[in-house]
Amino acid sequence: MALAIKRISSIPKQQLAALSVPLTKKYQIRGNATQVSAPPPQTKTKFGNLSDQDRIFTNLYGRHDWRLKGALKRGDWYKTKEILEKGVDWILNEMKASGLRGRGGAGFPTGMKWSFMNKPSDGRPKYLVVNADEGEPGTCKDREIMRHDPHKLIEGCLIAGRAMGARAAYIYIRGEFYNEASNMQIAIAEAYQAGLIGKNACNSGYDFDVFMHRGAGAYICGEETALIESLEGKQGKPRLKPPFPADVGVFGCPTTVSNVETVAVAPTICRRGGVWFASFGRTRNSGTKLFNISGHVNNPCTVEEEMSIPLKELIERHCGGVRGGWDNLLGIIPGGSSTPIIPKDVCSEAIMDFDGLVACQTSLGTAAIIVMDKSTDVIKAIARLIAFYKHESCGQCTPCREGVSWMNKVMTRFVTGNARPEEIDMLWEVSKQIEGHSICALGDGAAWPVQGLIRHFRPEIENRMKEFKKREALEN
Amino acid sequence: MLRVPLTRAVLAQSQRAGVLATSKRMQSKAPEKVEVFIDDQPVMVLPGTTVLQAAAQVGIEIPRFCYHERLAVAGNCRMCLVEVEKSPKPVAACAMPVMKGWRIKTNSEMTRRAREGVMEFLLANHPLDCPICDQGGECDLQDQAMSFGSDRSRFTDIDHAGKRAVEDKDIGPLIKTTMTRCIHCTRCIRFASEVAGVDDLGTTGRGNDMQVGTYVEKLFLSEISGNVIDLCPVGALTNKPYSFVARPWEIRRIDSIDVLDALGSNITVNTRTGEVLRILPRENEDINEEWLSDKSRFACDGLKRQRLITPMLRKPDGELEAVEWETALIGVAQAVKNAGSKVAAVAGSFVDAEQLVAVKDLLNRLGSELLCTEQKFPTSDGLSGIDFRSNYLLNSSIAACEDADLVLLVGTNPRYEAPLLNTRLRKGYVHKELDVAVIGPQIDLSYRHEHLGSNASIIQDIVSGKHPFAKRLKSAKRPLIIVGANALSRNDGKAFLSSLHSFANQLKPENSDWKVWNVLQTNASQVAALDIGYKPGVDEVIAAGPKVLFLLGADNEAINKDNIPKDCFVVYLGHHGDNGAPLSHAILPGAAYTEKQATYVNTEGRAQQTLIAITPPGMAREDWKIIRALSEVIGTSLPYDNLDEIRDRLEDIAPHLVRYGRLEENNFFAQAEQLAKSQSVAFQGEIDVKQKSLADFYMTDSITRASPTMAKCVQAIKKGQGRAYTY
Repeated sequence: MALAIKRISSIPKQQLAALSVPLTKKYQIRGNATQVSAPPPQTKTKFGNLSDQDRIFTNLYGRHDWRLKGALKRGDWYKTKEILEKGVDWILNEMKASGLRGRGGAGFPTGMKWSFMNKPSDGRPKYLVVNADEGEPGTCKDREIMRHDPHKLIEGCLIAGRAMGARAAYIYIRGEFYNEASNMQIAIAEAYQAGLIGKNACNSGYDFDVFMHRGAGAYICGEETALIESLEGKQGKPRLKPPFPADVGVFGCPTTVSNVETVAVAPTICRRGGVWFASFGRTRNSGTKLFNISGHVNNPCTVEEEMSIPLKELIERHCGGVRGGWDNLLGIIPGGSSTPIIPKDVCSEAIMDFDGLVACQTSLGTAAIIVMDKSTDVIKAIARLIAFYKHESCGQCTPCREGVSWMNKVMTRFVTGNARPEEIDMLWEVSKQIEGHSICALGDGAAWPVQGLIRHFRPEIENRMKEFKKREALEN
Repeated sequence: MLRVPLTRAVLAQSQRAGVLATSKRMQSKAPEKVEVFIDDQPVMVLPGTTVLQAAAQVGIEIPRFCYHERLAVAGNCRMCLVEVEKSPKPVAACAMPVMKGWRIKTNSEMTRRAREGVMEFLLANHPLDCPICDQGGECDLQDQAMSFGSDRSRFTDIDHAGKRAVEDKDIGPLIKTTMTRCIHCTRCIRFASEVAGVDDLGTTGRGNDMQVGTYVEKLFLSEISGNVIDLCPVGALTNKPYSFVARPWEIRRIDSIDVLDALGSNITVNTRTGEVLRILPRENEDINEEWLSDKSRFACDGLKRQRLITPMLRKPDGELEAVEWETALIGVAQAVKNAGSKVAAVAGSFVDAEQLVAVKDLLNRLGSELLCTEQKFPTSDGLSGIDFRSNYLLNSSIAACEDADLVLLVGTNPRYEAPLLNTRLRKGYVHKELDVAVIGPQIDLSYRHEHLGSNASIIQDIVSGKHPFAKRLKSAKRPLIIVGANALSRNDGKAFLSSLHSFANQLKPENSDWKVWNVLQTNASQVAALDIGYKPGVDEVIAAGPKVLFLLGADNEAINKDNIPKDCFVVYLGHHGDNGAPLSHAILPGAAYTEKQATYVNTEGRAQQTLIAITPPGMAREDWKIIRALSEVIGTSLPYDNLDEIRDRLEDIAPHLVRYGRLEENNFFAQAEQLAKSQSVAFQGEIDVKQKSLADFYMTDSITRASPTMAKCVQAIKKGQGRAYTY
């Protein structure tokens, strides 16, 4: 889950404004650009169909060697020393110029987040924590990076670590990812042996360690503060904020928690320039992104595409379309299990980026697209998701602990129709009572699918109740 | 081991204070106050103050379950959610520090809806068993559901899946658990790990399956475990001995003082129809904060058992026979008249100041000065350690102990001798820069400490500066030396007193008012007895061979059959016929601390009074009145007829005895040291403490030995010792 669960920290408006960096300076497109660059104003109107030379993850499907040798061939670790030597401000500026927003689900501007760490040191070490606890149902992007391109992540750790002055990076990897953890560990060992990390990393004079920590597979440990607790050896239960991890994080030290994909794209951004990255997608939604398409499509896949690609185009181009044609589509969950479902007519117009999906009353989340055709029992599907959230709630705070299990009880009855129509409104209110009242965003993530279901599929629920009544009357 | 590392890291970096400050202590050099508005009322607060604290400053109480001012903030019940203007979501008032200019709305639509929602969730799985719940009538959930909850239930699933049910846990004979009622506020867990220092409680399971418990079935092994009953906002943890006994509205509450250790914890005695039902702590920041030790809380059933309820005289055949007061008093008076001046008295551990004075006055009138306490204290040849109060008091005061930075404990185990002093030391250890070292046996204080050794010669090394610890004490800013009363009652106690006291006077604390030398007394009557002029130790009495000996509740067997003359007429005056009574020829039944208005002086020298909660059982009477009556029969009537008059007499002897609740400053440390050190005695042997483990804690005196609850505790611990996971 890295991921959608962090969405609670939805970005305040003034910060979004700060995001659209004023475009004052002339820029240069080229890797390792010396000049500080800023993105151009939005001119593009069509998005999608990313060309192969613009792909960041060139070994996404594991067709090539994932180890150091293969990684070097693909351009990883190329002149990393020079990037490091350009200094903290340069890296942060490139990240800000790239307009990269966190890929874990909340979409917080990465450059700004990393710059929070850039305060004068008080003697405590700083840490980068990489959130590789990818547990959000439907999401399978980070695992592809870790098993096929682990060096991208390690190099990203070094660059991100440099940008925030971190002493070390902890990669908190989901317990179920055994093969991914093995590959990561080998890659880390290779990088140490090659002198790329460790003491005097890449001969830059900067000491940086990378540690990997395997979790035990709890969804909640993808929430950043729960992840920190778990990393410290405690029960994975989210902490209260404030203090934020940037003040008091892992082991009481300033910490930034970033998603695997966010960190892994950082080296390429630094090499090719923030402006190059910003040239993809709409303003404030820039870059390329790994999309995971699963469910009722002809060719489920993980693919790197340009942000702001229309949902329909994404599915038709890369997945061979919806099973039985677009008209056979029932609905899509566009950003991992915690985002609200949208019905077919909304899907036809949806644009796959942060703002585009907010306009559809849903969210980009982790860009894990779950496609459901008309053979789907949508109530059962959502009920299954709620059962998942009920099982994964940590039990710390009241709204999530009590509310989600209550929703689960009601949803289970909705599947058979054994309920009264008034209970739909009650369920809506219960979900509203959870949303925004819990410590972390798991409560929100559990409430949204229910809200999406009620918003778009209310007649379906009511029909089922009527049928149940009829059946019951017949039996008696 | 919990020791807030965060706080320490931040303390070292005082310039960062504002960032995390959730407690006022973290603030350095009085930062500027910020203005916030609570329901449009402006209030100036220090930065770092939480919304809940700010609201409290203008008298607005925000409902809460998990928040407790003496425990870490958990923020998990979400009951305290309030609206802050311009914030899209309500914030948890208990955890959120205020920002300048915030407008907080504690009664807006959003706030009320949030509260109602949380309350509905809490009640969704809470059983509707209030009629059979012991918490009924004093239940936070009940009260807040009335004030902030909805007026009807929407929990339709009661007809389908029903409510959650959780198996009850057995965590010992003191705390009854009904875990289905638990609302997972984790107050008990936080109390156990932060205050009590035992990580016995925790949560297992996730989500709605989360349970509070011990994981494996085991006892909640703490000497202050009973406090979780008070902390529990619902009926999940209730008082086991008190279960199904009474409802809060049937109870009469009388404020009183605890006498089962020397701290004088403030208590409320709960009675109904002349019976003590339970004892609860009463808040006193200077002494017990709001905690109470298990012995003080649960031993009250010992007050109903094995009591002396009628005067008795020993018949010629050796049997004790119940008699009328008149007969008993005449019998005793006869013996006293025959004895002339060869009359002595020995005071035990529960004797109040009024009784001590009355006995002293009576004996002085009879021409005797043989008045002793059962517990020894170094003294000899007229030059004694007791001529200055500072020699035998906990001079620095209980509350100040948590501010110390280095504490040396000698021959004492405060965890069991004075559990609430130990929580103070632990508080200093956890939240401040307090370090503890121990000379004595290896003990578990519930926090990490240095064990310097158990041989008394280590004291010699420290005093002479040879021991490395001496250097640390000398460089400490606020050092404390706390010596146990039991260590001072050893034969070489004088060496402890003289060497450590003069060493303490050599130390130079940062503030010259800081008092280094402290004695931790172990019984409630000792300080008053020494104040009034009783001599410590029974040697003098034994040497004098008295003809009549008054045992004032003296049960610790300092006086026994073999060390008093055969023809000595022993009069036992007390409430429990424990070890002292079988020796005696006459028994005069007295009142226990819940049955009299009486003065006790605690180990820091603070006089406090108990109040009458119930009448003494049977023919038992208030002790000083018995002595007053006896004096009349003897023919030397004491000149006081009521409480006011005897209190005037107390004031004549020592004015501080009637200045209730006040702490008298002690001085004359240098002179006290001169007196104390005039003789030096060599240290001998190992230092030991009587109460080493929890099993030793429960039954230490005549009240606790009569208490079935305390007996069950000892039994439970003995039974648990064989189990694999218990310790």
